Amino acid sequence: MAQHDSHGGAPHIGLPIYFAVFIALMVLTAVTVWVAFQDFGAMNNVIALGIATVKGALVVLFFMHVWHSSPLTKIVLVTAIFFFLILVVFVYADVGTRDLLEIPGRPAHFGESTGP
Amino acid sequence: MSDVAHSPKPNRLAHWYRSYAEQTESVTLGMWLFLVTEVMFFGGLFMAYMLYRGQNADAWAAASHHLDIGLGAFNTAVLIGSSLTVVLAVWAAEKGKQKQLALWLALTIVLGCTFLGVKAIEYEHKYHEHLFPGPEFMFEDTREGVHDFVDPDRARMFFHVYFGMTGLHALHMIIGIGIFLVLLVNTLRGKYTQQWHDPIPIAGLYWHFVDLVWIYLFPLLYLIGRH
Amino acid sequence: MTSTTIGDSHAHEGDGHHEHADYLSDGYGLKSWLLTTDHKRIAVLYLISATGFFLLGSIFAALIRLELATPQGDLVQPDMYNRLFTIHGVIMVFLFLIPTIPGVFGNFLIPLMIGAKDLAFPRLNLASWYVYNVGAICVLLAVFQGGLDTGWTFYVPFSSSYSATNVVLAAVGIFIAGFASIMTGLNFMVTIHRLRAPGMTWFRMPLFVWSHYATSIIILLGTPVVAITLLLVGAERLLHLGIFDPAYGGDPILFQHLFWFYSHPAVYIMVLPAMGIQSEIIAAFARKRIFGYKFVAYSSMAIAVLGFLVWGHHMYTSSQSPYAGIVFSLLTMLVAVPSAVKTFNWTATLYRGSVSFDTPMLYAMAFMGLFLVGGMTGVMLGTLGFDVHVHDTYFVVAHFHYVMVGVTVTAFMGGLHYWWPKIFGRMYPEFWAKLSAMLIFAGFNLTFFPQFLLGYLGMPRRYHAYPDEWQVLNVLSSAGASILGFGFILPAFYLTWSLTKGEKAPANPWGATGLEWKAASPPITHNFEGDVVVTHEAYDYEALVRERDAARTTTQSEEKPVV
Repeated sequence: MAQHDSHGGAPHIGLPIYFAVFIALMVLTAVTVWVAFQDFGAMNNVIALGIATVKGALVVLFFMHVWHSSPLTKIVLVTAIFFFLILVVFVYADVGTRDLLEIPGRPAHFGESTGP
Repeated sequence: MSDVAHSPKPNRLAHWYRSYAEQTESVTLGMWLFLVTEVMFFGGLFMAYMLYRGQNADAWAAASHHLDIGLGAFNTAVLIGSSLTVVLAVWAAEKGKQKQLALWLALTIVLGCTFLGVKAIEYEHKYHEHLFPGPEFMFEDTREGVHDFVDPDRARMFFHVYFGMTGLHALHMIIGIGIFLVLLVNTLRGKYTQQWHDPIPIAGLYWHFVDLVWIYLFPLLYLIGRH
Repeated sequence: MTSTTIGDSHAHEGDGHHEHADYLSDGYGLKSWLLTTDHKRIAVLYLISATGFFLLGSIFAALIRLELATPQGDLVQPDMYNRLFTIHGVIMVFLFLIPTIPGVFGNFLIPLMIGAKDLAFPRLNLASWYVYNVGAICVLLAVFQGGLDTGWTFYVPFSSSYSATNVVLAAVGIFIAGFASIMTGLNFMVTIHRLRAPGMTWFRMPLFVWSHYATSIIILLGTPVVAITLLLVGAERLLHLGIFDPAYGGDPILFQHLFWFYSHPAVYIMVLPAMGIQSEIIAAFARKRIFGYKFVAYSSMAIAVLGFLVWGHHMYTSSQSPYAGIVFSLLTMLVAVPSAVKTFNWTATLYRGSVSFDTPMLYAMAFMGLFLVGGMTGVMLGTLGFDVHVHDTYFVVAHFHYVMVGVTVTAFMGGLHYWWPKIFGRMYPEFWAKLSAMLIFAGFNLTFFPQFLLGYLGMPRRYHAYPDEWQVLNVLSSAGASILGFGFILPAFYLTWSLTKGEKAPANPWGATGLEWKAASPPITHNFEGDVVVTHEAYDYEALVRERDAARTTTQSEEKPVV
């Protein structure tokens, strides 16, 4: 087994790519700050998260060598994200549907008080 | 195994592995699995963030306004730069270039310390602005223009999450700097060779992960409701 | 089951030790044990710790049952009773049930079963034992400095704002012990992926290894979430970081979500390794391949994944949205399926098997019946409507003791007897072992079955006093507890006795398949002489019979005759 497969070193990712990714990350950081000061309404959040995810993907794929890694590494990474999403989805399944039943004495919207 | 036959002294192959490749793959997989635990560890805090921000959007926008975007963006750049120096350190290790390896490791440490220094300054500002959670907490909505009344308690929750997340992140940075210091000392002692230098890339994976967390923390904490 | 090619032995390290010394005599003195990196010695260290904590947890259980023998709260004050059940739960769950089977049997057997010399990270393994004990010491310090009264579940806002006990120290202890668990899970995963001997494909591995692989997945994904959750409770107490405090818009139910996100899969961390042991014992004492090997292997994985989708069934009455409750309830029905598959397959293995009833098999039989009750009452509790009636009653207490003691502790005892000859090179006395197994089974059922009835009748859990009409059932339960306790004390004596006075064990006293039985009893430090190459399937009893017959024509066999 080639010794370099595990961390996809020199033969796979060369210095030019590392520098290109670095520049891209810096540019994206500047973009995200600029976008924050513009009013895109609800899209502001989407764009911010989207840019963060692109930056993250660049770090993961190229700096952490996942682009050239074994399938096992990729599965491990995807699994972590998947289980984090399970946490998020199921918590929202609770919090997001609490208001649906109109129970006397319960606040109409979560977080509100019911009175003095 | 042929690897062992050609191995330079001292032999860096632990006896329960059958080859250098097996050893490298094992420690790399081990680090990735550890990073999985870190994703889930920070994940709990991200969950709290998402939930509470959704429920207190305006209060959190007002609270976030107290954070210094300039320092935050600077720190983001610093950390991205440190990821670059890490990647260059790994490259140098693979090429067997000892001096460059030491240089990039040292730069990583410097950038990491810079990040922490800026964070310390930010925390100090927050302390003086009475924004530390505790009995002295006092909140003011400092945004320009007219805004709905913001419940200071709801704004305070932002700071609970802010200090919780950046504090945990900073703790990971401190540990990372410690690890890189050890790597630097070992490099100066000639411990790493082109044949064997596993600790460099796996410490690198850890460092990139810490950078990754910050890549999300920066927009989520600093860039709320700035328009 | 395998052919072991005897090649050049790597065992002569030449530092003055006897060549091919067994691992127990390879180096004497405390330092050689406390600084060992041999997975087998570390397993023994875990056994010592685990036994100690089990004993401590049992003492608290005894005090609880003593209090509950009378309806009035006359033994201890309510505050003290809160501490008793909390500490019993914390010690048993975090210091025994989670770490023990992986720490003792996983550590000892996984390298042997896959033909490796050690785990992937032996020093990490040793570190995990130390970290486990450091965590345990923190918990015990909290116990002896005023105790803990939050319940093992640490619900907020009581634990974060109101409890006057040393919550932070206990939480820190559990946090640290969680690290040890993660280290173990990580070690197992890398070992199983990378260190299998040539020819040991995934589907030739013993089911015990599959179980531990699935367990490791759960450990890595779940433990960090409870870690951050407990950290946040500590932060709320120490740093006023009120993440769950409603005064600041915090949600105490978020605590429960985060807590149970781990703590439900945690029960599968307790159960999957036990099921792994069960597979090994059933195969060995029916002298037959486990029926539906692949289904059992896949079921382990299914339990690991599905186990993460059902945590809300602990929260039906918490003010969680009923819609979420419905989803969790449906998914809970689903997670029962792979467990049922395993149970059917173990039963089917017995059919036309050559069954013998040595002590390990007695425990395996007990496991089947107790798991049936525990598992089915789990399904009952997963049913939303029913749970609303029995939540926080003794029905729940009975259910989880049926699975935690009836499955995990039973399998631990079964595995202890099954692998005792391998680990220590001695046979235990069969008569006393069988007697203990029967006492444990009888005592256990007498203790916990009445609790189903009590729960259904409405007796709440965590109460130190109750109405007179429930005394009879409580007295039965407490009486059962004393029999159970006695049943556990006996092995402490006869197993210790066997260490020096027991009959010396041959390499394969049970005539079982499995690479661990090819190694000596006890094994040499490096496990096998020479390299291991695997050519047979798992549980290949037909091949074992053929090899035995071939060997018998040339040499005397000291192993159990084939029936």
